[in-house]
Amino acid sequence: MSRLFLRSPEAVAGTIILALLVAMALAAPWLFPRDPLAIAGPAMLPPFQDWTIPLGTDRLGRDVLSGLFHGARTSLAVGLAAAATSIVVGVLVGTIAGFAGGWVDEVLMRVTDAFQTVPGFLLALAFVSVAGPSLGVVVVAIALGAWTQPARITRAEVLSIRERDYVAGARVIGMHPAEIAFREVLPNALPPVLALSSVIVAAAVLTEAALSFLGLGDPNRVTWGGMIAEGRAVLRSAPFLSIVPGIALVLTVLGVYLVGEGAVEASAVKRGNA
Amino acid sequence: MSGRTEGGAKERGLSFRPKSYRMNRALRLIRRRLLGALPVLLIVVVGSFLLLEAAPGDAVDAYAVSLGGDAGMIAALREAWGLDGTPFARLTAYLWSLLHLDLGQSVAFSRPVLDVVLERLPNTLLLMGAATALSFALGSALGIVAGSRPGSFRDRFLSIGSLALYAVPGFWLGLVLVVIFTVQLRWLPLSGMETIASGKTGFGRALDIARHLVLPVASLGFLYLALYLRMMRAGMAEVWRMDFVLAGRARGLSRSRIVLRHVARNALLPLVTMLGLQSAGMLGGSVVIESLFAIPGLGRLAQEAVGARDTPLLIGIILVSAVLVIAVNLLVDIAYAMLDPRVGAGEAQA
Repeated sequence: MSRLFLRSPEAVAGTIILALLVAMALAAPWLFPRDPLAIAGPAMLPPFQDWTIPLGTDRLGRDVLSGLFHGARTSLAVGLAAAATSIVVGVLVGTIAGFAGGWVDEVLMRVTDAFQTVPGFLLALAFVSVAGPSLGVVVVAIALGAWTQPARITRAEVLSIRERDYVAGARVIGMHPAEIAFREVLPNALPPVLALSSVIVAAAVLTEAALSFLGLGDPNRVTWGGMIAEGRAVLRSAPFLSIVPGIALVLTVLGVYLVGEGAVEASAVKRGNA
Repeated sequence: MSGRTEGGAKERGLSFRPKSYRMNRALRLIRRRLLGALPVLLIVVVGSFLLLEAAPGDAVDAYAVSLGGDAGMIAALREAWGLDGTPFARLTAYLWSLLHLDLGQSVAFSRPVLDVVLERLPNTLLLMGAATALSFALGSALGIVAGSRPGSFRDRFLSIGSLALYAVPGFWLGLVLVVIFTVQLRWLPLSGMETIASGKTGFGRALDIARHLVLPVASLGFLYLALYLRMMRAGMAEVWRMDFVLAGRARGLSRSRIVLRHVARNALLPLVTMLGLQSAGMLGGSVVIESLFAIPGLGRLAQEAVGARDTPLLIGIILVSAVLVIAVNLLVDIAYAMLDPRVGAGEAQA
């Protein structure tokens, strides 16, 4: 599987990008132990002038490179946490709806419809505005709009799995329905959802960036979206300040997509060979 | 959705039936979809109510803040509006006022929420309509270019290019475009919907608005352009394998005829469904794009509502957006039924 995965150049590129990002996120507190929101030097210092602050400073004299490193932490943490939350909730809802059937299925699917009808970003906006911006609230806000897709996919998968012989067998030996649903059906319904997880992570990273761009991120954390918004005020004199964190964001999302595509292709090839 | 693939042998002759039959089918489809939308809308309303309850203050506070009033009047209003009762009574009162198209009072604007929202809606519709048209036309065209020769250089180039474009957040793309086209080249205006107090009318005004919308439409639409390109290409790759393509080749049809009339045409239908599914996402995206370019639309209004802690307005925007998404999906369903005579045949006969 891993050999198949590394055969595609896209997957290798994606893996390198993500590895670098994870390294940046992990190394941030070691390389830049100071608060990235604290003043590090004169304001608006251009890049490559002072080698203690290689990428210069922003409008308030904060170290841009330190912000990039610490921003990687926030971006990855929020993106992964929000994606994990939406996948767990979606898989649970989808399994219960598909396995229980009847009115339980009907109610859960109408709720899913309702969540898909409201624009996810507006929902996130409203939730953060009511609950107040903090890291945990942002994670939940993003998950509110993202759990529906895994729920639908899981339900469709569960509907086909629950008719299989081994499920009938589990019923015959007297297993509790909940045990059948979660121990026999759910694990087998996971692969299509996991194939989609890269898209969910990427979307979560982008939503987090958009929220913090609008000033709705955790005010005590550096975020790339916040840095882009901060640079907007001096877009004419220092476009660099908005463009660089955006490039970091694009590379992150691209890395996630590439790894996801590589993994899906590798597993398709593997299935084809088997 | 479930009725989409159903239908027996009768359906095959449908396209030859008289026009009145097809109209009837569309009407039945509309009725069915509208009935299906009711419970969904009810859940959205209850969810909105819960968010409103969680926010500090209620509708009377909002009213008093924007229009003033003493404690006695506030208490009287609370009783009149049914806000002093149990949560269930409050929910009933909320539903009742929604039925009368009363979405409450905006704190920030001191006006009814519905008036403010409807005032901003046309700008958002214009932005979304233009972005959809751009992304659908260009995306499917480039998708055909990529999918006409799977595995070729241009296919690979467009696939990787669209993946990269798909990773670009719209608001950042917007800023980069501003740096290039407004700051450096000075070709396009920075923000706003039109030049203020320019005195332009008719065609001149339309041209002015179009110039203002170029960058926002590009920023909002490019993500979907990439999506439609990728869907078109993937769809064509599926269709290439089908027997009727082989049959077309065997009949000696030209390659371009096979690509356009047989492969692309069949791959286009899923994209039409996607148009409806993406409407919610695009509405969400327009929040950031409208805020960035200072376009007075629904999205910017949402950001203003958050800034002013105007929860009734924000919830009003959510409700109107949900209705809009349902309406767009209904239109897409009707368009789909017109394009593909098999769709809805089972439902219409039921």
